[in-house]
Amino acid sequence: MINKIADSVAQALAGVKDGATVLIGGFGTAGIPDELIDGLIAHGARDLTIVNNNAGNGEQGIAALLKAGQVRKIICSFPRQADSYVFDELYRSGKLELELVPQGNLAERVRAAGAGIGAFFCPTAYGTELAKGKETREINGKHYVLEYPIYGDVALVKADKGDRWGNLTYRMSARNFGPVMATAAKTTIATVHEVVELGALDPEAIVTPGVYVSHVVKIARVATQAGGFKKSA
Amino acid sequence: MISYQKRSKEELAKRVAQDIHDGAYVNLGIGQPTLVANHIPAGREVILQSENGILGMGPAPAAGSEDYDLINAGKQPVTLLAGGAYFHHADSFAMMRGGHLDICVLGAFQVSATGDLANWSTGEPVAIPAVGGAMDLAIGAKQTWVMMDLLTKQGASKIVSQCTYPLTGIGCVKRIYSDLATLACTPQGLQLIDMVDGLDHAELERLVGLPIQA
Repeated sequence: MINKIADSVAQALAGVKDGATVLIGGFGTAGIPDELIDGLIAHGARDLTIVNNNAGNGEQGIAALLKAGQVRKIICSFPRQADSYVFDELYRSGKLELELVPQGNLAERVRAAGAGIGAFFCPTAYGTELAKGKETREINGKHYVLEYPIYGDVALVKADKGDRWGNLTYRMSARNFGPVMATAAKTTIATVHEVVELGALDPEAIVTPGVYVSHVVKIARVATQAGGFKKSA
Repeated sequence: MISYQKRSKEELAKRVAQDIHDGAYVNLGIGQPTLVANHIPAGREVILQSENGILGMGPAPAAGSEDYDLINAGKQPVTLLAGGAYFHHADSFAMMRGGHLDICVLGAFQVSATGDLANWSTGEPVAIPAVGGAMDLAIGAKQTWVMMDLLTKQGASKIVSQCTYPLTGIGCVKRIYSDLATLACTPQGLQLIDMVDGLDHAELERLVGLPIQA
């Protein structure tokens, strides 16, 4: 019998190794799997490469993971936030490597990894600093840049509901990178607010089919907090 | 004696909104472009996309009913209109890059006469770099429009022959909506669409420092 429901965050994360590339869903504070990130801090894996749209807010979540000194490199599109001071200090002091990737390329490179695509030509960033040194090609009169997949060892995703086969639904714009990252890692761990019986999720509404998911952990439903935006002047 | 008044931020937003057609799918960039949503003329149905996976984005919720699982690209709480949809990030940027959005309105540090855009970095070595969706947005929509002040606080033109700040995209801007004039960027250079009352063509060319086709 398949049962992907893990008893605890610690059990779901037990297999994470030092040096792993960890894909973490979320945009701003929506869809950030905070419980799994806290679990990763407790687990203690080091020398990690983190892939997320941002680089942490305040001192929780990814910022706390950075502060704990467990991260070697971060691949993201928008590290600078009103409250990204943990990242800012580590980056400025040279203790953290940054690969800055346009947001759509970040999503598509992760998608490519999950879809078995070896590389793809993309028009974004052609002729800019972020395409420097990359192979380019003109196709039908348009310029493209060769982009490679971003593979994860582990993906940490915040979903809404799940079942024992690992089928997942999401909530509003907290979906963001979750379904894409779930496809691109050797091990995908999802938190859900509700574990439901097989068949309870409408098959027409399942966003991530269970084949992509290794472990599902139930967490308490806590309202997502504000964060990451500039207060209006 | 030349005497004219600049468009206020709200007047500029209204000017941009005037040109957004009924039925348009539009992405409004962070900052000033978001004001455009408040000025869509009555009777026009315009559908807003947000890069983090929303189509049919509505206005900010009433105080007290914010849900931070439903935010815009600027991380501010928003609402979803009836008929709206959620989708994941790869789909959102495929929608953009695939040319499915009609118009994208962005802010800018500099725009060249032929439509090169610089809006993500001032190139200062001490600054924390951040690009977000700027490069994807710049080249994705059917039309990219820029909304900005024509001049910097120091009085230099933000429309230039060649951008000195790091580029976001090449030849991607079709129109510039500014506080003094609306201009089209073409492979042949700038074309005048309109300007504020009292400003004349010669003075506009003097301010911009580049030839502008009438």
